[in-house]
Amino acid sequence: MLDNFIPPYDATVIQRFKSAGAVLLGKTNLDEFAMGSSTESSFYGPTFNPWNTSLVPGGSSGGSAAAVAGLLAPAATGTDTGGSIRQPAAFCGVTGLKPTYGRVSRMGMVAFASSLDQAGPMAHTAQDCALLLNAMAGYDPLDSTSSPEAVEDYCHRLREPLNGLRIGLPREYFGDGLDAATGECIRVALRELEAQGAELVEVSLPHSTLTIPTYYIIAPAEASTNLSRFDGVRYGYRCEDPVDLHDLYTRTRQQGFGDEVKRRTLVGTYALSAGYYDAYYRKAQQVRRLIKQDFLDCFEKVDILAGPTTPGPAFPLGAKSNDPIAMYLEDVYTLAVNLAGLPGMSVPAGFVDGKPVGLQLIGRHFDEARLLNVAHQFQQSTDWHLRVPESAMGGRQ
Amino acid sequence: MRWEPVIGLEVHLQLATVSKIFSGSPTTFGAAPNTQASAVDLAMPGTLPVLNEKAVRFAVMFGLGIGARIGKRSVFDRKNYFYPDLPKGYQISQFEAPIVGQGSFEILLEDGAVRTIGITRAHLEEDAGKSLHEDFHGQTGIDLNRAGTPLLEIVSEPEIRSAAEAVAYLKALHSLVTYLGISDGNMSEGSMRCDVNISLRPAGSDTLGTRAEIKNVNSFRFVEKAIRHEIARQADILDDGGKVVQETRLYDPEKDETRPMRSKEVANDYRYFPEPDLLPVVLDDAYIEAIRSNLPELPADKRRRFTAQYGLSEYDANVLSDSRALADYYEAVAAGCGNAKIAANWVQVELLGQLNRDEQTIGNSPVAAADLAGLIRRILDQSISGKIAKQVFEAMWRGEGTADEVIEARGLRQESDSGALEAIVDQVIAEHAAQVQQYLEAEEAKRRKLVGFFVGQVMKLSGGQANPQMVNELLAKKLV
Repeated sequence: MLDNFIPPYDATVIQRFKSAGAVLLGKTNLDEFAMGSSTESSFYGPTFNPWNTSLVPGGSSGGSAAAVAGLLAPAATGTDTGGSIRQPAAFCGVTGLKPTYGRVSRMGMVAFASSLDQAGPMAHTAQDCALLLNAMAGYDPLDSTSSPEAVEDYCHRLREPLNGLRIGLPREYFGDGLDAATGECIRVALRELEAQGAELVEVSLPHSTLTIPTYYIIAPAEASTNLSRFDGVRYGYRCEDPVDLHDLYTRTRQQGFGDEVKRRTLVGTYALSAGYYDAYYRKAQQVRRLIKQDFLDCFEKVDILAGPTTPGPAFPLGAKSNDPIAMYLEDVYTLAVNLAGLPGMSVPAGFVDGKPVGLQLIGRHFDEARLLNVAHQFQQSTDWHLRVPESAMGGRQ
Repeated sequence: MRWEPVIGLEVHLQLATVSKIFSGSPTTFGAAPNTQASAVDLAMPGTLPVLNEKAVRFAVMFGLGIGARIGKRSVFDRKNYFYPDLPKGYQISQFEAPIVGQGSFEILLEDGAVRTIGITRAHLEEDAGKSLHEDFHGQTGIDLNRAGTPLLEIVSEPEIRSAAEAVAYLKALHSLVTYLGISDGNMSEGSMRCDVNISLRPAGSDTLGTRAEIKNVNSFRFVEKAIRHEIARQADILDDGGKVVQETRLYDPEKDETRPMRSKEVANDYRYFPEPDLLPVVLDDAYIEAIRSNLPELPADKRRRFTAQYGLSEYDANVLSDSRALADYYEAVAAGCGNAKIAANWVQVELLGQLNRDEQTIGNSPVAAADLAGLIRRILDQSISGKIAKQVFEAMWRGEGTADEVIEARGLRQESDSGALEAIVDQVIAEHAAQVQQYLEAEEAKRRKLVGFFVGQVMKLSGGQANPQMVNELLAKKLV
């Protein structure tokens, strides 16, 4: 749909990077319109996982994660609507942060689900992520949903010890769906944090089972209207020789969108339709508040939450691309963070059969500095984040 | 059967902001196509709306002007439909929580009666662009200059009962919004566009009939004609025992008829939902009160004050308070000449007459209020007669100077020197002995007519400058 489209303006994040002196190398691959968990739905074909090219890199920001893991770039940006920074970071063994909703301007990001989208940094270390976030974060008058909340120096608290830190472990994130070996990696990682003085506390997010259905109403509903502008009238793909307006719209969108985008547009349109709105969209927004409240309740007792980023490590290309439900389940631990607008991170925490595993950290609203602190301290006593895949060794010399 | 029309109007009012409601592009009318459309207006990927505070302020001013409850937490929604002049594929509007709630205002009917019409709600939204179907050889051109212009959609209660009332409603609304300065109200440029909802029911009935909606009627005259036509059309159907179809119709001014729009264009499910790119608009009391305390005097209040303060008739007060500019002009003339009633006559008859002839507005009047007052002062101090004053006014209109300058230059000062006048009167009497004889022999009733002859002769001899009152007095004294 947007092949060869060159935007006439820079996103706020890009402007901020440019004025901070960053050198932009290029755009990376991703799932079409950021809809996917494997980068297989990209119009340009799939990205391969640098750790094993028969595996997916995760998605949607799979190109960014693979570029960092493969040493093509020291850092990258991603966008995260339901896990699209954290899940590929986990699959590719890099560090990725999805900031609090409103922390980073969305101006210039192609909108997928406006109330969930956030841009964030992906790099090898938490420290690099902190440097990147320093450049990215802040109020933008051009994004009404960006927050006026003051931005702190995210490097400032990296070295604070973890003594007395209370880490909540949501019971629901260690249940049946979790791959055993992945779970073991996570438990080892948590023991490391405990050894540094943190206290592990079991907590509960009782509405977790409603996360996937809630997300898959709200995100497609917003996406269905966000994508209406791709109509072949002003820019982007236009079908050949339309006979009339209806033909222009239908063939442009039929030919210009991939299957996953069409699937979500249809679901979202249905959810917003007269007679279904109350049962689906309005209900989903009500459940969303309950999900958010679960987290706020937890943060009464603990400082951060921790658990696996994904139910298992990277899967083979093609394994789930024809099974949307299986693909959606990939994001079971990450979606709720977007619904609640919280900051979340994925930190390299080990390997299962040579495949990276990510530890997810979830913080209070605007508590990115705390997440980066915990991740940095973890990376002082572990070296998972420094491992380099063989495929990238050439690049290292 | 006698049918009672039930009419409700939805007016789309363009707000007079400098920039658009969700982008910084200018809103100036008449620019070359697509020169006032930014990346936001074109719905480039990744662009976001930012609400124009002025549009909010104008909406609140309107709400306070009609005594409405102001929505302290109003929400923007997306109204989804595809059309080439709607770049995002949705219009940002307000659905469940509008910024202005229920209110009402007075309309003045032609017979002088005042009616109060309820306003259901008014909400903010963005205008679409324009589709241009001519000059493109079978293709359609899109001009997005208008896309994103702030609109206030004002929805009336179905309390209007005739075409004349609908026009009175629109005139009162026009007057109100131009008083408030929130819109230029220029209908020919589309600043005020009207959708008419209309149904008929048996006179005296409480239940509503099936309504038709007439879209986009863009002048007072067309609103009147479209409603008259639609009432007749529906009455014909009902009289024949038929049923009115609920549909959207278009008024064709050339054929003076309404006809249905294609059904494809109206069968829309707009899938309204809250716009996630914008926060709810939360207004506190201090914000609202600050606006309230700065509201200008509104038309109805001004009308009442004009009758009380200047002793004007309802009709005169209404004409003179029609626009803020005219009312201000009138008050300046009244204050400048010291006679509110004569000022009212001059402004209504001579000034408005000339403005109409020249198709000018009060703002472009070549005669300033202070200068008109100066002219009236010369009538009041008897320097010139009312008749001469009209000549002077025409000269002033042509830019020949102030009243005194014109009077001086043309030597129009009226002859009030009784000695000089007496000489002229004597001369006229001496030269018209036959007529004098006739006058003296006539009965009292006839004499009054005959005296006009002598006045005319005196005027002729004096070059029109004799003070008529003094001439009459002298003649009465001498014709004995």
